[in-house]
Amino acid sequence: MRWIWIDRFLEFQPGRSARAVKNLSLAEDYFADHFPGFPVMPAALILEGLAQTGGILVGEANDFREKVVLAKIPSARFHREALAGEQLVYEVELVHLRPEGAAVKGRALAGDDLLAEAEIFFAHLDQARSQQLFGDQNFVFSGELKHMLGLAKVLADRTDGKSTNGP
Amino acid sequence: MPSQDEIYTKVSATLVEALNVDEDEIKPTSTLQGDLGAESIDFLDIVFRLEREFGIKIPRGELFPESIFQGDPEFVQNGKVTDKGLAELRARMPFADLSKFEANPDLSAISDLFTVEMITRYIEGKLGEPSNN
Repeated sequence: MRWIWIDRFLEFQPGRSARAVKNLSLAEDYFADHFPGFPVMPAALILEGLAQTGGILVGEANDFREKVVLAKIPSARFHREALAGEQLVYEVELVHLRPEGAAVKGRALAGDDLLAEAEIFFAHLDQARSQQLFGDQNFVFSGELKHMLGLAKVLADRTDGKSTNGP
Repeated sequence: MPSQDEIYTKVSATLVEALNVDEDEIKPTSTLQGDLGAESIDFLDIVFRLEREFGIKIPRGELFPESIFQGDPEFVQNGKVTDKGLAELRARMPFADLSKFEANPDLSAISDLFTVEMITRYIEGKLGEPSNN
């Protein structure tokens, strides 16, 4: 299974902020069960989308050298459900970045509606220890997640030939 | 410079946010781990919030030293912190109240040094430094 909960980046300001888009298709598996007759995206997956947007922002800030793992969500608020057919925009801003970890603030929007907001906390897995446990390879940014940024750039180049600014 | 009461009030508010506890659970002597349920990742969260709240920089390991003794037998013997270890603690954490710990310096009780009033004293000292004025 592909564990990617954003479709592409709309905007990426290294070390500062990122915006990503996620289209909700009724064909996504979870809608069948969540819930029959009332297809809404599980709130935890909205958080995952925000965390992936934020995690890539945090990872890029150190050239993807650190193993960035979701450590804590100190607060999250959900204002309304995200429905099949909607387009979500995840907006994340980097609040803190240190050698030990980072904190971001994120919001999920559908059009002008604020669906959810959360603070998300990432830890940089201790280099020495994680090398013992996991080896040299950065398992967090091994492929798909890092690929998202490259993809955003290609798409942006094809649409406006300049930056990764959104529509 | 804010008074000690003002600092304490802000430290409490920070802990309410970081640890999701009620304000009335927080007392000056509350220990972060034992009484307030802090886990290791919460310490970094607390550091971030204190930096933002007070506009200070808290270098890594200064407020919450990570591994002070590193298994050094000069500092720890049979699970007890030695006199040399206590001296090291005093030097590294001059803002901590060691009086209770010194009476029974069990290594496992070291996390009890991390209290709300310890953070308050640390911030007080930090705000008093010339570079932070």
